[in-house]
Amino acid sequence: MDRAEKFIISFSIVVLVLFVTGIIIVAKGAGIDIAECVPSDKTFTEGRLGQLDEHTYQAYYVAKMWAFEPREIEIPLESELDIFLTSKDVVHGFHINEKAVNLMAVPGTINKYRVKFSKKGTYEIVCHEFCGTGHQNMVGKIIVK
Amino acid sequence: MLLELLIPMLLLVLGVYLGLIQVLSRAGVIRGDSIWSLKYFEGLTLHGVVNAIVVTTFFAVAFGNAVMVYYLKNKINMTWVWVSFWVMMIGTLLAAWAIMSGNATVLYTFYAPLKAHPLFYIGVALLVVGSWIAFFNWIPMYLRFRKEHPEKKTPIAVVGTLANFVIWFIATVPVAYEVLVILLPWSLGYVSEINVMLTRVLFWFFGHPLVYFWLLPAYIMYYAFLPKLVGSKIYSDFAARLVFFLFLIFSIPVGLHHQFAEPSINPNLKLLHAVFTFGVALPSLITAFSIAASLEMGAHLRGHKGLMSWVYRQPFFDKNNYLFAYLIVGLLIFIVGGATGILNASYSMNNLVHNTGFLPGHFHLTVAGPVILAIFGMTVYMYSNLTGKEVKLKSLNVAVPYIWALGLTFFSSGLMVGGLLGEPRRTNLGISYTNPDSPLFHSDWQITTAITAIGGTIMFIAALSYFTVLIATMASKSKGSVAFSFPTSEAYHDEKNISLVKNFAPWILVAVVIILIAYVPTIKEALENTAGGALPYLPTNPVPITP
Ligand code: HEM
Ligand SMILES: [Cu+2]
Ligand SMILES: [Cu+2]
Repeated sequence: MDRAEKFIISFSIVVLVLFVTGIIIVAKGAGIDIAECVPSDKTFTEGRLGQLDEHTYQAYYVAKMWAFEPREIEIPLESELDIFLTSKDVVHGFHINEKAVNLMAVPGTINKYRVKFSKKGTYEIVCHEFCGTGHQNMVGKIIVK
Repeated sequence: MLLELLIPMLLLVLGVYLGLIQVLSRAGVIRGDSIWSLKYFEGLTLHGVVNAIVVTTFFAVAFGNAVMVYYLKNKINMTWVWVSFWVMMIGTLLAAWAIMSGNATVLYTFYAPLKAHPLFYIGVALLVVGSWIAFFNWIPMYLRFRKEHPEKKTPIAVVGTLANFVIWFIATVPVAYEVLVILLPWSLGYVSEINVMLTRVLFWFFGHPLVYFWLLPAYIMYYAFLPKLVGSKIYSDFAARLVFFLFLIFSIPVGLHHQFAEPSINPNLKLLHAVFTFGVALPSLITAFSIAASLEMGAHLRGHKGLMSWVYRQPFFDKNNYLFAYLIVGLLIFIVGGATGILNASYSMNNLVHNTGFLPGHFHLTVAGPVILAIFGMTVYMYSNLTGKEVKLKSLNVAVPYIWALGLTFFSSGLMVGGLLGEPRRTNLGISYTNPDSPLFHSDWQITTAITAIGGTIMFIAALSYFTVLIATMASKSKGSVAFSFPTSEAYHDEKNISLVKNFAPWILVAVVIILIAYVPTIKEALENTAGGALPYLPTNPVPITP
């Protein structure tokens, strides 16, 4: 190995270490994390919207062939939404357009993510995992007022 | 052996045709009723299985057979070559039948609880077992070489091929378990419920190494052949070997980067897999720099003196050096493919792109870029060299990679921009989102899917051009003399044969340890945080199949 090569290998390692550090800072420091791990709970079989306190809402989503339940929810501006997601049948996807919310609904499990809405509007939820004949029509709505 | 080389090409004709149907359906150019919805996914299942699993496996085995025979100068046991071929072939036919008869519309990831026909699972398993047989056939050849030439270095192409199949073997054991022990009895109705999270973890244990299994044959060509094609040398023999061994340890313990959005697994474990994923980026970065150094050296050796002139002073359009064109275009595409891959793997950044169009946008820049172009180029090369036939339509041949790259640019840009705008993958958008008559119509996605469709059509034309070249070559007469050879590069820095990059055993041991660290807690979580099992479903019916 010559000098140029040693330099390149160490340079590559340094770049990658910087990337990893950045990722960890963003995830753990700034709190922009990914899907949380919660133990499964057999009593969660129906979709509904609940309220924890003035600013915190809890949406229990059940994905099923080929709809989200609840199909539409309404929450006030600046509120935090805890999303709990499960599936009644096959695997579904759950993506909120224009929001970095991206979850999989897997039968027998509960997925969780907390998100804050600080812009008014109608947010569209799209299923992005193949779930059968009606997959391309499987959507939901979050209205932020 | 020729058959093993040509079967994947025949399948690819179907594969790229289905790709065309997909881009046109997504853009709403082809718009069917709801029956079409299912047909779309039958097609997509076939497209994924054929292109990404069958073609790549057949090619890796055929290329591996050729590498072993040529470099080890050893006889190969032809009986096992044929057994392996037929086992893979039967597996492919069974799976293809299951898909085409509409009994396995599960996509190439066969996620439960969607259920496929038992023959689909058996077919996939046979394909894998066939590739194992090929690998086991090489091991005694390699051992004999080491025994007869204790002082010699193992040729780089052989190191690459064996490293690749060691990865493949380790990675396919869990998926064989998933398919044969979990899914098959469930599909047959002997078992009623299964743990879906477990099947997903086992699938992705295999799913990421799968992408390196596609890629490493191309890497072997970049190191062992590409320098020679430009009159240069491998910059460093040591670095080349190190790269393949790094792949061996880092390409498996990273599967959770496909599962960032999934429940039941602790985010910190996912973060650990993300960190290992950056480990597997290291050999690719080293490769980028090493190959650039070889290219620069080649240009200087050919008398081009300028500081940067080596960038364009390369035989890009040399008709008689078409293999260079296929390899270099693939390599350039891979720079973007690699960069977008790093983005996907970046943990919380994945929230933006997971399962959107961004993903197929990214991986067509890898598997439908460097991988398929290396397969295309090497298939004509090997065919013409094995039969003594000269390549026909030479100008068209050297143009193929450029046309493909042009199409791919539009195709992937459309998908990636669409993905950032929320356009879902694995969706027949033409029925709803890109249909102006539907209440779900999305005008942004109409534009991005249209750009994708233009790109996909150009790629399809490139593929047809390639098949034309291949068929014209096959139809021509052999010139008689057959002298098969690979364009083998020598090393510029030919370091001593140090034991660090000589033996596989220590690297395999390290790989196994890292895999255990990455996967024992993952499997434990998947089992503990899941309640109850899942019954099988068909894609047409929200009511499960009850035994
Ligand atoms: C003419 C060339 C091609 C075109 C137009 C094309 C088009 C597409 C499109 C539009 C999708 C996404 C469909 C969707 O998610 O709804 C897709 C998926 C895919 N393509 Fe291609 N493709 C081509 C060639 C290839 C090649 C050469 C390979 C591999 C060697 C490949 C491998 C895949 C894989 C693995 C998927 C994912 C399937 C899935 O999500 O289940 N494609 N292709
Ligand atoms: Cu769906
Ligand atoms: Cu991966």
